[in-house]
Amino acid sequence: MTSHLDGNALAGPLSELFRDDMTIATGRCAHCGDVSVLAQALVYDAAPGWAVRCRACGEVLMVIVRTGERMMVDLRGVTALEVPA
Amino acid sequence: MAVISRGFTGRPRESQPDLPPGQYLTKDFPVLSAGPTPAIDTADWSFVIKTETGKDASWNWEEFNALPKEDVTTDIHCVTRWSKLGTQWRGVSLDTLFENVESSYDYVMVHSYGGYTTNLPLDEILDGQAWIATEFEGEPLTPDHGGPARMLVPHLYFWKSAKWVRGITMQRDDNPGFWEQNGYHTNGDPWREERYW
Repeated sequence: MTSHLDGNALAGPLSELFRDDMTIATGRCAHCGDVSVLAQALVYDAAPGWAVRCRACGEVLMVIVRTGERMMVDLRGVTALEVPA
Repeated sequence: MAVISRGFTGRPRESQPDLPPGQYLTKDFPVLSAGPTPAIDTADWSFVIKTETGKDASWNWEEFNALPKEDVTTDIHCVTRWSKLGTQWRGVSLDTLFENVESSYDYVMVHSYGGYTTNLPLDEILDGQAWIATEFEGEPLTPDHGGPARMLVPHLYFWKSAKWVRGITMQRDDNPGFWEQNGYHTNGDPWREERYW
């Protein structure tokens, strides 16, 4: 069966894009409204990219793709991404 | 001074003519997925082709399995760089499914249980190029490999061969699917190494 990692796996790739450790950032799921730290998300990495899913409803929060020279981050299912000021 | 050349000797011995550029051979069948494996009861399964005319073509599991099936032996190529040669499948040709479908649109979006999507030009899935597969190596397709039914479009990278298919929607424009929205090539020909935009 397909397995997944927890959101701590996102620390590396997201550090290339954001200033802070994004695994302790909170975000609201655009589908179900669940608010949690990114470390609690479900990360499906056995795929052509990383599909990050909501711990509560399983819908897609974000998609990360490395294309060799580029990294693309799609935050389609995250609202109110919050980091300490 | 004499110029010594080995001349043109053709393809090096160590090369694999069946392997597209950048691919390596695997004997395993890696399981890749952007989400959990959905539990699909064939009693609830259906496959629907939707068009702009509003006339849908649909089959339940019994009706689908009553359609003529074909045996397909083919190489498959994943964009994560593994290739598997000589895999054996059985399924229904998309030519059969599209026999009575009328549409003026040139593109399709494939939809899966679990929400996955992938886009394709219609002319890449007709004329004996694609199937809805229900068997792999003589056995019913297991859920981790897309059972009960998955797309098989072996001439393109395997993300186009969507697992757990539930339908196809005709689309006027080549709107991108799940991976195609985020960097992966809209077509995905492994021999042209069409991995990314």
